[in-house]
Amino acid sequence: MKMSKLGKLLSVMMVVSLLVLAGCGNKNNSASSDAISKIKEHGKLVVGVKFDTKLFGLKDPASGNVEGFDIDISKAIAKHILGDENAIELKEVTSKTRIPMLNNGEIDMIVATMTITEERKKEVDFSDVYFQAGQSLLVKKGSPITGIQDATKDTTILGSKGSTSIKNIKEKVEGIKVLEFDNYQDAFSALKAGKGDALTTDDAILYGMAAQDPGYEVVGEPFTDEPYGIAMQKGNTDVVKAVNDTLAELKANGEYDKIYEKWIGKAPTK
Amino acid sequence: MDFSILTGNFDIYMEGFYNTILSSVIALVGSFLLGALIAVFRISSVRGLRWFGAGFVEFVRNIPLLLVVFVFYYGSSALGLSIEGFAAGTIGLAVYTSAFIAEAIRAGIMAVPKGQMEAARSSGLNYIQTMVHIILPQAIKLVIPPLGNQFINLIKNSSVLTLVAGMDLMYFADIISTDTYRTFDTYIFVAIFYLVLTVPLSYGIRVWERRLQRKY
Repeated sequence: MKMSKLGKLLSVMMVVSLLVLAGCGNKNNSASSDAISKIKEHGKLVVGVKFDTKLFGLKDPASGNVEGFDIDISKAIAKHILGDENAIELKEVTSKTRIPMLNNGEIDMIVATMTITEERKKEVDFSDVYFQAGQSLLVKKGSPITGIQDATKDTTILGSKGSTSIKNIKEKVEGIKVLEFDNYQDAFSALKAGKGDALTTDDAILYGMAAQDPGYEVVGEPFTDEPYGIAMQKGNTDVVKAVNDTLAELKANGEYDKIYEKWIGKAPTK
Repeated sequence: MDFSILTGNFDIYMEGFYNTILSSVIALVGSFLLGALIAVFRISSVRGLRWFGAGFVEFVRNIPLLLVVFVFYYGSSALGLSIEGFAAGTIGLAVYTSAFIAEAIRAGIMAVPKGQMEAARSSGLNYIQTMVHIILPQAIKLVIPPLGNQFINLIKNSSVLTLVAGMDLMYFADIISTDTYRTFDTYIFVAIFYLVLTVPLSYGIRVWERRLQRKY
C-alpha cells in the first residue's frame, strides 16, 4: 500500500519533468534576415516599451495612451518601415521581461531605456545609440548623500531587477547594500517609504521621478555612460539597418532634436 | 536543461532557498498560533470575540496576499516604523494564512458531534477539560488534511517576498535570470527547490493522518 502510493507519486513527478524537458527545446533562435517582410506581412510593428517610466514610456491612466520619448522614436520607425506611424502596437516590458519577450517573438523590438552592453550584445542585436544617458542617484531632499562619493557600505541603494545600474554601483562601492524591485515605480515607493537611502538608475529616468514628486532630487554628476540602444532579435540585420536609417534620418532633418526637447526639456548635448 | 545555471549560481540559490525556508517556518508557526486563537474566538460564547474573529477572517481572506504584504511593507513607514522586506513579507504571510487556518480548525471542532460535548459535561468535566480531552483530540484528525493544504500553500505563497525585496528564492531567481538571460532554465531549478520542500511535506502529512486514524 505504502509503496504503491510512493510509486504513483514518483511516476507523476517523472511525467512532469519530461514535459518540462520537452518544453526546453522550444527556444526560438532562428536567425532570419527577412524579418522586415514578416513585419510588413503582419501590418504593424510590435514594440516593447516601458509603461511606468516618466518621459520615456508612461501610460496615462486617464486616456490609456502610452506616451514618451521611446514611443515617439518607435512611431518614427513604424513610419519608416510601414509608411504609417500609427501601424504600431505597444506592449509593456520591464527590465526583467524585455529580452525573454523579444527572443520568444512576442515583440519585434525593444525601445525601453535599454543600455547597450557587451553582455547583452551576446543575446540581442542593437541599433546605433538613440539616447545618451548616465547613471545618477535620486535622494530625498536634504539627504546627506550628495553624490556617488557619499555612498558607503552602510548605504542602502534601491533599484530595478535586471538593470545595469545595480551592477555598476556594486562595482563602484564595494559591499554596498542593494534592494531590487520589479519596476522603478515600486523602487520609488520603497524610497518614499524610507526603505533605502537612494535610488539609482539612469539620470533620464530619475529626472522623471523628481518631476513627479518635488520632495526628491537628483544629486551629483552622472558617474557612468549609458548609451541607449534599440534591441532586436539576433540576426535580424535588415531590421537593424531600417532602424539605423530611421535614426540617421531623424537626426538629419532635426526631428530628433524636437522629440528630445519635447520630453527632456533641453537640447541634446552634442 | 542547463545545469551550469545551477552550479554557477549555487550560493545565490542557496541563500534564497534558506530565506524561503526560514520565512516559511516562521510564518507556519505564527499562522498556526494566530489561527488557533482566532478559531477559539470564533466559537467562543462571548459575542464580542465571535464578531472580532469573524470580522478578521472575512477581511483577511478576501483580500489578495500581495496587498496584505504591501500593507506591512509600505504601510509600516506611515506609522513611523521601518519593517524590512523579509519581515514584512513573513508577517503578511502569517496573517494571511492564519485566516484560512482559523476556518479549518473551527470546521474541525464544529464537526465533532454535539453529543460528545454534552456527554462530557454531564459526566462532570468543565468546558476547558472537555475541549482538551474530548473535543480537540477528535477534531485534530479532521483538521490535518486542510491544515496540510494550507501549509503547502504557505510555502508556495512565500514567493510573494520577491516583490518587497525579501531576499527569498524567487527574488534571487529573478536576479539570476536577468544576469544569465536563461529565464526558463533558472525557474526550472526554482520549481525543483519548491518541490523539495512541498512534496515531502505533503507526504509526511499523509503519513501522520493515517497514523492518527489507526489510533482510534
